[in-house]
Amino acid sequence: MLPLPFEYTRLPTIDEALAAVGEDGEGMFYSGGTELLLAMKMRVIHTERLVDIKGIAGLDGIMLNDADEIEIGARCTHNRIAGDALIQEHVPALSALCADVANIRVRSVGTIGGNLCFGEPHADPPTMLAVLDARLVLQGLGGIRSVPADEFIQGELETVRAPNELLTTIVFPRPSGSVTYRRFKHGERPSVNVAMAWSLAERNTIIASARIRVGALSFRPQALTAVEDALRGRSIVEARCAVAEALPAALDALDVNADRHGGADYKRHLAGVLLQRNLDDALGGGRS
Amino acid sequence: MTHHLPISFSLNGEAIAIEVPTHTLLVDLIRDRIGLKGTKRSCDMEVCGACTVLLDGAPISSCTTLAVDVDRREVTTIEGVTPADGLSRIQEAFVRHGGLQCGFCTPGFIMAVTALLKAKPHPTDDEIRHYLHGNLCRCTGYIKIFEAVKSLA
Repeated sequence: MLPLPFEYTRLPTIDEALAAVGEDGEGMFYSGGTELLLAMKMRVIHTERLVDIKGIAGLDGIMLNDADEIEIGARCTHNRIAGDALIQEHVPALSALCADVANIRVRSVGTIGGNLCFGEPHADPPTMLAVLDARLVLQGLGGIRSVPADEFIQGELETVRAPNELLTTIVFPRPSGSVTYRRFKHGERPSVNVAMAWSLAERNTIIASARIRVGALSFRPQALTAVEDALRGRSIVEARCAVAEALPAALDALDVNADRHGGADYKRHLAGVLLQRNLDDALGGGRS
Repeated sequence: MTHHLPISFSLNGEAIAIEVPTHTLLVDLIRDRIGLKGTKRSCDMEVCGACTVLLDGAPISSCTTLAVDVDRREVTTIEGVTPADGLSRIQEAFVRHGGLQCGFCTPGFIMAVTALLKAKPHPTDDEIRHYLHGNLCRCTGYIKIFEAVKSLA
């Protein structure tokens, strides 16, 4: 099916792209189109003006900044992140995640920024970026603001980004400990996914802090706060016990939608299994 | 800004200059305006891989790519990887191993395997399965396609 007609423009700078989208946001930013064009073809989204940002320099870099944070340009494709040496070295779980998004054709052109801005509940990157405590940098005509990844998605296909704001950069602290990610899926999108990051102290014997996010259960990734609390300060040899004790109540507290990926109880069960597998990966050593 | 734009690109090594409505999809440009029918439209949602073409060497879904996006770039279709007389070594391997039945998905598979073998001339079994995960075939059950690719690895 064809999208309805629209104006198309490709502009070389962020300022020009922001102006072209317009103060009232009648235009839309466009890069890979792997989500947006699908929705436009199905006629669930229409825009008068498509503003292509692929000609803007500087939106597809990956670097370690002076504050020991990793910065990823929002226009980086999944393939670009998967193959990046810096990401492979410091966050191999993110590299592996990006190497497994959808299929090879989507990874060739689809971008991490587009994935986030679409706000699709069944997506891989948002869960991982929330667990990495990422902040998303939005640039608008009025200036620049940062939003924590945890707060970015506000509803199904809805984010805090205003239509005339461009997501430019994703920034997160360089992980100091294990980062893991597990998902279960039938088709191209995850039915349920779980990411976990922890940092260790006392010669890698004590869990200093832990972050766990469960994605795709409702409109955005959720923290398993009770399990995070149970892990903090515990010896890693007690990690399995700590998780087993805290998990049932933590799973019950999650907001879970039944959808075509499964019923609420089933998806809650999957989240528990996937967390256990994250734990196996983390305890198995390494930082994958 | 306009609803029509002139684009120029390389299609299978041949220079093309054409004006397109901006909402034209690449698969329609290739099949209907230019008349190369080897590229197939099937799922129309980037899942099945039947419409796979190469854009600057990387596999993409032409069903969900705007024609204006190929401006000043190189597009390769199944016609571009098929020798004038006979078949490519990838196509021959598919024939030899029975890696096709109805043939509808085959151009997409050939394009994906072309890109795979260029990126990794000797892929492992896992790499073959992972790379081709996004191409669907409803006839073969994939084993014979896998064997065809494996014979080239």
